[in-house]
Amino acid sequence: MDSLNTYLFIAAILFSLGLFGVITRRNGVAVLMGIELILNAANLNFIAFAKFGGMNMSGHIFALFVIIMAAAEAAVALAIIINMYNNFKTINVDDVQELRQ
Amino acid sequence: MADLAFWMIVLLTLVSAAIVVLNRNLVYSAIALLFTFFGVAGLYVFLWADFLAGVQVIIYVGGILVLIIFGIMLTNRITSVNISHTSVQKSMGGLVVLGILSVLGIMIFNTPWLQTEFVEPVQTTATIGTLLMMDYLLPFEVASLLLLAALMGAAMLSRRNE
Repeated sequence: MDSLNTYLFIAAILFSLGLFGVITRRNGVAVLMGIELILNAANLNFIAFAKFGGMNMSGHIFALFVIIMAAAEAAVALAIIINMYNNFKTINVDDVQELRQ
Repeated sequence: MADLAFWMIVLLTLVSAAIVVLNRNLVYSAIALLFTFFGVAGLYVFLWADFLAGVQVIIYVGGILVLIIFGIMLTNRITSVNISHTSVQKSMGGLVVLGILSVLGIMIFNTPWLQTEFVEPVQTTATIGTLLMMDYLLPFEVASLLLLAALMGAAMLSRRNE
């Protein structure tokens, strides 16, 4: 249980699931959820390496910055999705192909 | 006992993550995402990152998940019961992702990772605070600017122009 490989493999599975969501979902909000899963997987890697590299706290700082970035990204992405819905009446990422109406 | 708790948390994380990407109903996906975030916070606790587990719960569950649910509500008519959506090319996507996962797995289990002796930390939060104010002061300030810019950008973008 307590080995680096276990955590790395869990993070790899989480990353793969997130990637699957990003490439197969068509709803913009669902794509965003996949991105959140990928960011969580990256954070898990940072913290696992921090622990097994002799409790190096720099890994924790990096994970903290990733969380900050995820918050900013979620706010802007949802603003864009809501704008998309107001303009095109759909948030299907395959149907929105023009930058202007 | 700790082993059992660990594997339960791993199972919770991965099963709910699978529900997030596979369920047809968006609201169910959002609820499953909640359990994924809690599971990852639990894994952080197993990795001695208690402060980050708290931050994860506060920001992801309290902030990002609420934003996502708002996004679902604002982009679907509440009267339409069918808040669902379809996925495209599931088999092809699954194949690609399985390939990537197997390559990652081979890489993880074949690399001789450089590991050092684990020393039990005396305190984690105080160390993170000191590092943020000493070694990582510039990124810390840049992050505050990024958050301000994201706040203003999101407010401007989501405003309806007359």
